[in-house]
Amino acid sequence: MAIVGLPNSGKSTLFNRLTGLRQKIANYPGVTVEQRLGTARLEDGRDVTLIDLPGIYSLAPRSEDEQVAHDILTGAMPGLPRPDAVLLILDSTNLSRQLMLAAPILALGLPSMVVLNMADDLHSRGGQVDVEALSRQLGAPVALVSAMQGEGLEPVYRFLAARGIAPAPVELPVLDDVPHCREWAARIGHRAAYQAPAPPLWTRRLDAVFLRPLWGPLIFGAVVLAVFQSIFSWARPLMDAVQSLVIRSGAWAGSLLPDSVLRSLLVEGVWSGVGSVLVFLPQILLLFLFIGILEDSGYLARAALIADRTMARVGLQGKSFIPLLSAYACAVPAILATRTIENKRDRIATILIAPLMTCSARLPVYTLVIAAFLPERPLLGPLLGTRAAAMLGLYLLGFLAAFGTALALKSSVLRSERASFVLEMPPYRWPSLQSLGLRLLDRAKVFLRRAGTVILAVAVALWGLAHLPLHDGKLPRIEQSFVGSVGRALEPAIRPLGFNWKIGVGLVTSLAAREVIVGTLGTIYGMDPHARALGLQRALRQDLTPVGAVALLVFFAFAMQCMSTVAVVRRETGGWKWPLIQFAYMGALAYAGAFLANRLVGWA
Amino acid sequence: MLQLNVSKLTSAGPSSLLELRPGEQGILDRLDLPAEVSRRLMELGFLPGSPVVAARSAPGGDPCVFRVDGAEIAVRRETAARLMLR
Repeated sequence: MAIVGLPNSGKSTLFNRLTGLRQKIANYPGVTVEQRLGTARLEDGRDVTLIDLPGIYSLAPRSEDEQVAHDILTGAMPGLPRPDAVLLILDSTNLSRQLMLAAPILALGLPSMVVLNMADDLHSRGGQVDVEALSRQLGAPVALVSAMQGEGLEPVYRFLAARGIAPAPVELPVLDDVPHCREWAARIGHRAAYQAPAPPLWTRRLDAVFLRPLWGPLIFGAVVLAVFQSIFSWARPLMDAVQSLVIRSGAWAGSLLPDSVLRSLLVEGVWSGVGSVLVFLPQILLLFLFIGILEDSGYLARAALIADRTMARVGLQGKSFIPLLSAYACAVPAILATRTIENKRDRIATILIAPLMTCSARLPVYTLVIAAFLPERPLLGPLLGTRAAAMLGLYLLGFLAAFGTALALKSSVLRSERASFVLEMPPYRWPSLQSLGLRLLDRAKVFLRRAGTVILAVAVALWGLAHLPLHDGKLPRIEQSFVGSVGRALEPAIRPLGFNWKIGVGLVTSLAAREVIVGTLGTIYGMDPHARALGLQRALRQDLTPVGAVALLVFFAFAMQCMSTVAVVRRETGGWKWPLIQFAYMGALAYAGAFLANRLVGWA
Repeated sequence: MLQLNVSKLTSAGPSSLLELRPGEQGILDRLDLPAEVSRRLMELGFLPGSPVVAARSAPGGDPCVFRVDGAEIAVRRETAARLMLR
């Protein structure tokens, strides 16, 4: 059975109430829309499968969301049978307009129930409706519920349990004629004695503060700072805890096995692969907790409004702001956060540029190279030293690359009409903790299952490349492994950039994750990067000139060296096309950038 | 020969949604926009003949928020300029 409704109608809250923990999220192939399936347990013990469709304004397939909803309801979606019944969720506080969606839904001829949600708001603001009369007008059962409070749900359960009957034939308007539909909806509402509630006072009052010329941006800045801090700093102790747990458990597991290839595979391949997946969870969960609160409360729309003007300058929109900011910590949660962007082109553009923002994984690499080649001297007195300036310069480089790419993309391939930006400002509401909690659990499960399996597979594969072929049954030194051979094969290609084969090996291993190169270089030079940091820096200076160092930094600023990001982009865009394009583009940018840097700095 | 431009003399009010001051109401006459965008806006409540009230706009003026048919909708300035009032 399908649950359909307008955006902001509380549809998902109802879905969560009906299905609880028994949900599953997947992706429809080829599109960015999510598929949410769940099972509702009825009183007599039977299970009913529910599918939560994206929030839509009509069934005319214009956006991806509407196309998907239309396809599912008409049975045109491959792999999914046509639903047996439909639950149409409408916001009862704005019934006259929301009834417009009832027309195309009832026209489908499926057994339907119209659920008027937010009954609590309706009554507290002095509105009312005659449910019986409405049911007669629509020819379908109607229920007045509050999904948030869990009230009035008995009729819904009864409908789910019964073998539904098709709606009684009722005069429906011409679906394509919007004004006509609206008049029909108004007539129906009138005949059902609908009394609209008083306007939401608190929403007006809060907006007077949140959208003020000075206070608005300040509050927005504080919220944004909190989001950033949470994924940058507050997540850190959790991530460290996860990391140390993984390392300790891996060491314990390793101690149970004799020293062998198998042990290396298990500990350094599988365990560290799993660890590299789990370590993302605190960041993702924190970010999604924040976004969930912002979205459910209604503030996200206001934040998008404030950020819109700046983002529009590069062809993006206000809702891209929080994902791009999060990308400064890590692109993985940032890309997941682009869910809030409805416009497909804006969403893909945001996903494509997110990895160019200087993520935290680049920091260990930047730190190592800068420390090795740039002596620390004060640049702006005690305020800014040369090393910090270099770091800031690299941050700026990433920022410019991201926004430059956005401009290029949005002027050509991903162009969309400026006038097409339309955003509904929902009334402010208290977020439902149950809803939030369930959503967080969903995100965690989905990430672990999808992205996790890919990341794990690549980690093991890279382990294989770095630890094979075996020499006399013993693990090879890194130069003798496949990775070493690849690095040596790459050398002629990267010599114009100032890199030798050792750096080449590092570039290959860092395809998994940027910071891996630090460990790889440590292995190559036979020095632990933490214990013998200065030694490693000295060793690096033997093989890399200052010019090459700059080129290496530029390379890392631009290249896509994160399989986790690739996995997530693949999942969020529903295919391999975009991640491959992204990888190729960033790789080309990195090579060109490093080459230019090498020539320019070498010449200066 | 004198030709008075009567419409210029008599019409002193705002001609598009963009020109509505916060709190001011106007009646929407037509949407001078491509069919896709028009339709989306109509579905959201911007129907010819509907009263529209200008609510707050974002700090900086773009996008602007309008109260229409029981909801608050934000559109960019260019869009508001093409939503013509009666």
